[in-house]
Amino acid sequence: MTDIAATAPAHGHDHAHDDHDHDTPGFFVRWFMSTNHKDIGTLYLIFAIVAGIVGGAISGMMRLELAHPGIQYLQGWAAFLDPAAGEVQGKHLWNVLITAHGLIMVFFMVMPAMIGGFGNWFVPLMIGAPDMAFPRMNNVSFWLTFVAFVMLLGSSFVPGGSGLGAGTGWTVYAPLSTSGSAGPAVDMAIFSLHLAGAASILGAVNFITTIFNMRAPGMTLHKMPLFVWSILVTAFLLLLALPVLAAAITMLLTDRNFGTTFYDATGGGDPVLYQHLFWFFGHPEVYIMILPGFGIVSQIISTFSRKPVFGYLGMAYAMVAIGVVGFIVWAHHMFTVGMSVNLKMYFTAATMVIAVPTGIKIFSWIATMWGGSISFKTPMVWAMGFIFMFTVGGVTGVVLANAGADTAFHDTYYVVAHFHYVLSLGAVFSLFAGFYYWFPKMSGRMYNEFLGQLHFWVFFIGVNVLFFPQHFLGQQGMPRRYPDYAEAYAYWHLVSSWGYVIMGVGMIFFFLNIGWALFAGKKAADNPWGEGATTLEWTLPSPPPFHQFNELPRIA
Amino acid sequence: MIARLSPNAKTASLAGLLALSMVGLGFAAVPLYDLFCRVTGFGGTTQRYDPVAAAATPQVLSNTMSIRFDANVSPGLPWKFQPEHPTDQVSVGARDMAIFIAENQSAHAITGTASFNVTPTQAGKYFTKIQCFCFTEQKLEPGQQIRMPVLFFVDPAIMDDPDARDIQEITLSYTFHPVEPVDEGKKAS
Repeated sequence: MTDIAATAPAHGHDHAHDDHDHDTPGFFVRWFMSTNHKDIGTLYLIFAIVAGIVGGAISGMMRLELAHPGIQYLQGWAAFLDPAAGEVQGKHLWNVLITAHGLIMVFFMVMPAMIGGFGNWFVPLMIGAPDMAFPRMNNVSFWLTFVAFVMLLGSSFVPGGSGLGAGTGWTVYAPLSTSGSAGPAVDMAIFSLHLAGAASILGAVNFITTIFNMRAPGMTLHKMPLFVWSILVTAFLLLLALPVLAAAITMLLTDRNFGTTFYDATGGGDPVLYQHLFWFFGHPEVYIMILPGFGIVSQIISTFSRKPVFGYLGMAYAMVAIGVVGFIVWAHHMFTVGMSVNLKMYFTAATMVIAVPTGIKIFSWIATMWGGSISFKTPMVWAMGFIFMFTVGGVTGVVLANAGADTAFHDTYYVVAHFHYVLSLGAVFSLFAGFYYWFPKMSGRMYNEFLGQLHFWVFFIGVNVLFFPQHFLGQQGMPRRYPDYAEAYAYWHLVSSWGYVIMGVGMIFFFLNIGWALFAGKKAADNPWGEGATTLEWTLPSPPPFHQFNELPRIA
Repeated sequence: MIARLSPNAKTASLAGLLALSMVGLGFAAVPLYDLFCRVTGFGGTTQRYDPVAAAATPQVLSNTMSIRFDANVSPGLPWKFQPEHPTDQVSVGARDMAIFIAENQSAHAITGTASFNVTPTQAGKYFTKIQCFCFTEQKLEPGQQIRMPVLFFVDPAIMDDPDARDIQEITLSYTFHPVEPVDEGKKAS
């Protein structure tokens, strides 16, 4: 490995203002063999948008099926893939859809966009580094993620037990995923997770090295922008959590194919062990998805309030605390497996403790806005939407943290509503906020403010109509992961499906806006947001040159 | 050696090492979880009689407990398996013996092994087996019937546990599973 930190200054031999476009490679080399952090970031963002369209279309199919009681469409869709498909294959397709939606949104939409996309683009820019520490490894990460996605999509076309595709849920619980799913589909899905996991671990190593070793002179850890802090904490979570998932699903593979009994009681194993291992990864994973969002929102709230963020150190260490505590609360996902009262008490209490650092963050965002000179530009309204959504999801999270309440709510739509409020709405709102905030920097073009606001309001109304009624469904006892339901649930399911339609209309404005910006958008200034935008990326032209900071900036 | 690497390579190797050790921890969870269950009686895991530690144990209390015996076979195992008596009254601390009867109803020899636990699960910590057929594999010839004893006692310490002292009745459950000929028997518990 070459040491980029040492060689990069030698590159910018004479003038910092030199136009380095002359060493921009040709199309194929630039986009398929890319080692440039901004190009790889762009690739990740495009990838995440494509995956988001696929995952979003799948949720559209699910909301269509759920709009009315009974099974209307599944069998027809299953027959589309396999003309011989019957009722069982139709129901299996439902399981494939929920599995694909979950895995795609987690591993191929939110993570690539947050970490691969914005992380790659802005961590080096914000700390004054010329590139990532290991540019080639960065490229490997992206293409591994790409292959993992193709692998997961491919699994839908091979047998997976009672029909085509892997129908195990994103949690891949044994014994459904072992003795319950014959055929190569689940093996392919597991391999896909292995590849995506390896990609993320490599990415995490890259980020940690970059942030620890390549900060510009004067950029101490305690001066780093909060987005960089959030990526640093996320990278450590990835490094500690993903290997455990890799171990857990490797044992699934050997149970499936080589006759081991890690999760099989007949040979002295225990399926609950898989749940423990999965959630030891799974709970940090939800913070992996939301922490970069915290970072993005902190930058935006500060920029558009024209104030430094309130309680900077508290904000940074609140993220560290969330990361640490996130590793010791996993069993709150499995309160119903038969734990002792004492164990449930511990996991309930530990889970509620997380509300403290999270509360510090919400408080500090509001305190940053308090008395600020706020301008309600598109990124700002998305960031404020994030705070609202995440708080709603956080409140239901505290409800679910109670083992007693969770015993009733476990695997109901209440849980579905909860995690969509924090992820689908929390993480996705922060992604849109970041996208609008940095789009002028990345593309050099301004988006259309009216379309951006329209996108926000239609989307905001849509997702609330979509997910809020699911609290009611859950409290009435509607279980998750079912394609059919009793008549009593029909009303709110129909409302929820109309919410999806509204949200879908909102997304049309998003794509219109991207198109409009790229073809007709005004040229963006170096810093389109004014004095509130104080981080280093706004000192560069929009878009930044192919190589930046050939002379390292000095931070006072 | 690590001191001679460049700073980036050093940080990256440390981070990689951390990831590798977490993979190790993931696999180490298997024996650790097994150990955890056996020590704490988690999920109704019964205890094995330890002659050294149990020298002072046999202190029989006056109160009795009802023990129910439950026998199952996993699907695909053509055995008949049942307890001789479905229930028994024992004094807490006193040794008791129960007989289970298994019969191979197929035309070929089959080896089986039993998994087991007790409910309520809090009782697992106090349900101690001195001798049990479940510790070993059982091979039955076609039509062969065997009587298998279980020797056990309920540890009097159960009366000192606020979570378990109200228990009046413990169910001891066995399920026989076929042992595949390929099984190396690497995981016994």
